[in-house]
Amino acid sequence: MSAGVDLQNVSCDFGSFRAVDKANVSIKPGEFFSFLGPSGCGKTTILRMVSGFIDPSEGQIKIGGQDMNGIRPNKRPTALIFQNLALFPLMPVWENISFGLEVRGASREARRAKAEELLKLVDLHDSADKAISQLSGGQKQRVAIARALAVEPSVMLLDEPLSALDLKLRQHMRAELRAIQKRTKVTFIYITHDQGEALAMSDRVAVMSQGKVQQISTPQDIYNAPVNGFVASFVGENNIFKGKVKSIDGGKCSFETDAGTFTATLGPSVDANTIARIYVRPEYSRLQAAPAEGGNSIPVTVTDISFEGNFIHVHAADKTGRHVTVETRNDGSVTLPAIGSAQYLCFDAASARVLADQGMKDPGIDE
Amino acid sequence: MKELLRRYGHTLTWIFVALTAFWLLVLVILPQLYLLEESFRLYLPLADIGGPKDVYTLANYRSAFEQPTEWKFWLPFAWKPIILPFEAPIRMQVFVHTLLYSTVTTVITLILCYPVAFYLAKVANPRNVPLLFVGLLVPMWVSEILRAFAWFIILAFKGPLNMALVNMGIIESPIRWITGFNSVTFGLIYVYLLFMLLPIYNAIQSLDTNQMEAAKDLGASSWRTHWRVIIPHSKPGIASGCVMVFMLAAGSILVPTLLASTQSRWFTEIIQQAMFESQDWNTGSAYAFMLLVTCTVFVIGMMRVFRVKLSDIAR
Ligand SMILES: Nc1ncnc2c1ncn2[C@@H]1O[C@H](COP(=O)(O)OP(=O)(O)O)[C@@H](O)[C@H]1O
Ligand SMILES: [Mg+2]
Repeated sequence: MSAGVDLQNVSCDFGSFRAVDKANVSIKPGEFFSFLGPSGCGKTTILRMVSGFIDPSEGQIKIGGQDMNGIRPNKRPTALIFQNLALFPLMPVWENISFGLEVRGASREARRAKAEELLKLVDLHDSADKAISQLSGGQKQRVAIARALAVEPSVMLLDEPLSALDLKLRQHMRAELRAIQKRTKVTFIYITHDQGEALAMSDRVAVMSQGKVQQISTPQDIYNAPVNGFVASFVGENNIFKGKVKSIDGGKCSFETDAGTFTATLGPSVDANTIARIYVRPEYSRLQAAPAEGGNSIPVTVTDISFEGNFIHVHAADKTGRHVTVETRNDGSVTLPAIGSAQYLCFDAASARVLADQGMKDPGIDE
Repeated sequence: MKELLRRYGHTLTWIFVALTAFWLLVLVILPQLYLLEESFRLYLPLADIGGPKDVYTLANYRSAFEQPTEWKFWLPFAWKPIILPFEAPIRMQVFVHTLLYSTVTTVITLILCYPVAFYLAKVANPRNVPLLFVGLLVPMWVSEILRAFAWFIILAFKGPLNMALVNMGIIESPIRWITGFNSVTFGLIYVYLLFMLLPIYNAIQSLDTNQMEAAKDLGASSWRTHWRVIIPHSKPGIASGCVMVFMLAAGSILVPTLLASTQSRWFTEIIQQAMFESQDWNTGSAYAFMLLVTCTVFVIGMMRVFRVKLSDIAR
């Protein structure tokens, strides 16, 4: 049993400060949906509005088509997993998990049985009678998930649930959460500031900045076809050049920068003669000894090579000192240039996107 | 101890420890031991002290169980006593009343303070809380005797409360407020309110608000959230508030002196009478130890019943 969630023009004001600005999001039943954005962009506020702890200043929230206005958190079909988990330290594990059933008047035997069943689901056997303080970080995480699942919510809300775990465990729990979601088919709304998490786990992602939803798309589209400068630079790395759109030809444009004029793919809502930036992913950039024929080439000097294991990052600078990065796979297919050697940074028009500065906190970056 | 040494060095640490030891030993334990010893000796004329009549005896303690009289028992909130169908030693009657009304005081204070503490800790805008606290604390800057005395005046038979009520036509003739235990209980609650409020406030304040929200989110009503999450968490604060108010109330002398009537005496008044009016320190000490021991046993018993550990309270 899962339900869709619709945010229609939802805003939230704290005094004169607008934490969430006219969010329009439609989450499908059974979807794993993430809100991704930097700290303070309003993610938690959105989650708290869906769970009912904050009333929207304007707009409407619907869960399963039903307007949630005036419905208190304890009457909503949602279950929230708090950023700090908020387990009840004075109750043993099984009472924590079955608290939602206790509230609904289930018998002790029924509660105990349900708790045992959920403990199996989250892969935590023989812990029913343990105290919360006896559990490790990852185990607490599982108890919190089980506690939320116990009330059979239509929508699970997760507020950066993995942020307190160490890297290894975090990666493991990612897969686990995804598996639990697939098994239970509950709608998951997941909040994170970690792009890797959002891309790896979600069916769709909403990227947020300063209270505004910037883009809602599949992880592939978020990464490959960001709609503006904020999304492009928040998700993944880029080589960025500021400039002006000279002429537009279908989906392509000619873009003039101080490093030369390039042909690039035109992003949404960029007009001719406007100032914008060109974004090229490091893995779509190459270094070669000679300029590409009729292509986009910038003379650069290699400054550093960093070895990352499966990847190698080659750092270089152009004549103005602008820093660029090229990423190659460590599969022996490319011979690395020497540090200090003169090279050309080349990229294809298809993999270079011209995007507006919209959504950027500081449009002056990389000036 | 290590922590102290690290922070303050040897000299200061030893001064602290020595001062604390001095206070405990010389100012608290020794006088108590002296009184304890006295309580087992008879009150004798100077000439007989050290003589053959000066022996250790339980006579002082026994005297509390003498003089059986008709028992006028005051039920909580009653304005008139009921006559019990049996006689009881007069001092025991007072003793039982004292324990009963200390308990009543504690319970009412708890019922009053818990919601206020919760409001201050979790509901009120944190910016206003300091102001609200000043409002609560300012009356406490006035000494206990003045506060009790103020109520003595207000509640007097020809006092302002009766005058106002009569003039407004709410009552026809003045009411004798200071009779039975209602006025004492009221006075004790008023005087010791903060000793309940502050520990509970501290306890509730230390609760992670997310836990309350988690309970709500899982479907719990406000009642259940209090019952299952907030109260268990604040139990140590509630317990220390209750212990403090109970002990202070049972040991209070000022409030009962001013706000009790001849029919509603407090056990401390009996102790005072023995010590200062009869100059019989031996009997006075015996009564004082009876009160101390009984109250301590009572408190420990209550802590057992409510499963509170001593270490919780000291936290
Ligand atoms: N109760 C509140 N009162 C005032 N400002 C708040 C409140 N809650 C959040 N904010 C502000 O709203 C913004 C968004 O907060 P939040 O939703 O918690 O961000 P995120 O979860 O994305 O880090 C922040 O700038 C925060 O300071
Ligand atoms: Mg947050």
